[in-house]
Amino acid sequence: MSYEQLQTDEQGRLRHFLSIEGFRREQLLQILDTAESFAMLPGRQVKKVPLLRGKIITNLFFENSTRTRTTFELAAKLLSADVINFNMDVSATSKGETLLDTLRNIEAMHSDMFVVRHSASGAAHFIARHAAPGVSIINAGDGCHAHPTQAMLDMFTIRRHKGDFTPLRIAIVGDVQHSRVARSQIMALNILGVSEVRVIAPRTLLPADVRTLGVHVFHDLEQGLKDVDVVIMLRLQHERMDNALLPSAHEYFQLYGLTAERLEYAKPDAIVMHPGPINRGVEITSEVADGPQSVILQQVSYGIAIRMAVMSMALGNSSGEQGS
Amino acid sequence: MIAVNLHIRGGRLIDPANGIDAHLDLYLKHGRVFAVGEKPDGFRIDKTISARGKIVCPGLIDLGVHLREPGEEHKGTICSEAEAAARGGITTLICMPNTDPVIDTPAVWELIRRRAKACGNARVLAIGALTKDLTGKQLAEMGALKQAGCVAVSNARKRMANTLVTRHALEYARTFDLPVILCSEDPHLKDDGCVHEGSIATRLGLPGIPSAAETVAVARDLALTEHTDSRSHFHTLSTGRAIEMIRQARRGGARLSADVAIHQLFLLDTDVDGFNADCHVDPPFRTQTDRDILRQAVADGDIEVICSDHQPHEEDAKTAPFPLTAPGISGLETLLPLCLKLVEDGILDLPTAIARLTHGPAQALGLPLGRLDAGHSADICIFDPDHIWTLHPAELHSSGKNTPFCNWEFRGKVTHTLFEGRITWNSES
Repeated sequence: MSYEQLQTDEQGRLRHFLSIEGFRREQLLQILDTAESFAMLPGRQVKKVPLLRGKIITNLFFENSTRTRTTFELAAKLLSADVINFNMDVSATSKGETLLDTLRNIEAMHSDMFVVRHSASGAAHFIARHAAPGVSIINAGDGCHAHPTQAMLDMFTIRRHKGDFTPLRIAIVGDVQHSRVARSQIMALNILGVSEVRVIAPRTLLPADVRTLGVHVFHDLEQGLKDVDVVIMLRLQHERMDNALLPSAHEYFQLYGLTAERLEYAKPDAIVMHPGPINRGVEITSEVADGPQSVILQQVSYGIAIRMAVMSMALGNSSGEQGS
Repeated sequence: MIAVNLHIRGGRLIDPANGIDAHLDLYLKHGRVFAVGEKPDGFRIDKTISARGKIVCPGLIDLGVHLREPGEEHKGTICSEAEAAARGGITTLICMPNTDPVIDTPAVWELIRRRAKACGNARVLAIGALTKDLTGKQLAEMGALKQAGCVAVSNARKRMANTLVTRHALEYARTFDLPVILCSEDPHLKDDGCVHEGSIATRLGLPGIPSAAETVAVARDLALTEHTDSRSHFHTLSTGRAIEMIRQARRGGARLSADVAIHQLFLLDTDVDGFNADCHVDPPFRTQTDRDILRQAVADGDIEVICSDHQPHEEDAKTAPFPLTAPGISGLETLLPLCLKLVEDGILDLPTAIARLTHGPAQALGLPLGRLDAGHSADICIFDPDHIWTLHPAELHSSGKNTPFCNWEFRGKVTHTLFEGRITWNSES
């Protein structure tokens, strides 16, 4: 079963949101448009809407995450759904219960949707294939594979600031190899038809044949930032130093840290993004992170609108249809 | 069951070891081949098997199967897998030492030998452990293993502590002229990889196993083979580059042999797409270039053995997110059908395909098997080359239903298998 068949029904409507792969441009734009209807107006709190009243949404997190889980929870509550949180740390599953057993148990509690995070790539696909019919699966991050709602909130942020995608040059800086966010962003940007996606990193942080994802590769930050409209910084995990992928955080910052001086290589109106949580002084300076070109905090708030959009569409109740 | 005097009539006999490809009858007595061609004077026929329109060949020898017993009987038992082997035309199973406990003492081998004898559907031969408990640190008692009847030694896919231990293990095995089955792979380069490192791994975010994990280790093991004069057999190669190195070493006069798992001649890294756990194998499916070089090497004889790399699993082992599934394919019953597909696709001629499954493995390990001249064990496979059928995993006789060849259409099916002159499989009965 292809991604597309798994993620949408016969009418092309969203069933599961597992990966950006397989969606068409119009479908991604529809998600962005739906999110617009939920997005906060300046200075106004987003209103609670009754779209998913009576629905039960279960957050099934096999990997620690407070932020992502909280934004999903908030999005669900703003849609008037009831939310259950399952935090399955590693010890719970190592007691012998298989992922499928866990799934069956929670299914018995009659959920309409699972929001899944798991450390193994493909976990959300696996659950989608085995879940009862009618249960929607939203991937909240699986291994190094995909984090599609994060990518869509980034697209939303870019569109809010830049309007049209087609003329844009985007640079993604950092640990692409281990980043599910980067993979989903690259796919979304290419489907939305941007002019160029660049990745900037040392070779140890780039996956094999990375060009096949549809990117141009740079190893020099200043060259890579030249004339870009959007700079996306990725988080650097400290364990990369232990695995001999990098010599030190210090050298990484020297070569790939985003400073105000380096940002000047980008277009003057370039925006700076980061999926968070940020490491100040490792991949980005405070001056840039808190500076006028940074949209990092907006990303977080747009995350709620995107997740509301995806959840309501997958459960067949987007705001457009109901006209509420 | 006492072996009767059998006459196999009217088939096309293909016996690559003897260079035979002709319509010849076979006469079997006391579990051995008594005569080929004309009926010997005074030969009393108790039973005749008509092989008209069929191929008669030596029973297949499968080098390096995982029988799971003792220790993992929920995945398969010696009996269940020997029965599956009989249906696949396989009469000799050469099992890997990674049972639990491992085959590092004659006692474990004795247990397997007895169990296999009681089942009686196939000959089970053992590859003993190269190191104690396969931990790669201390040498296993290879002298005792050889005396007990182990036909080779191997550390399976378990890592060796260091190159010095490998050197000593090869030297010690050479003392007893024991072939060493090498699953060459650098564990550090492999790391936690589960698919071929390339564009598919990158897109799916799955940890990759670079081709270099194999080539680095093959280069090292070739150097050690030369240094120790070891009788090395390279098992389940997956990369084109490794094949080229093997080819070069043989031209230089090295005494070695190599095999490839049949599924490596068909599937590619792209088949993993969609997180297909049935395509999770170790070594991983590689690129089309690799596959084409492997196919060519099998045709040219640089690889003289094709094996099934049979690894039966229970359903649960494959029912998990891809990286958490167990690698391996249940391959006994698709070994011959897939080889016949290579013939159909024009990669191999039929006698060559049969040689890779009979004479090839026998020669690699120096076994007096895989041939049908008079006096040899009457291990025989008879198949109908025109029978068209579709594979449904549920119909596999192996305990393991884990196969990526679900719904594949095959041409050619085993109708009879004889082991030591006894019919162990008859599709027509």
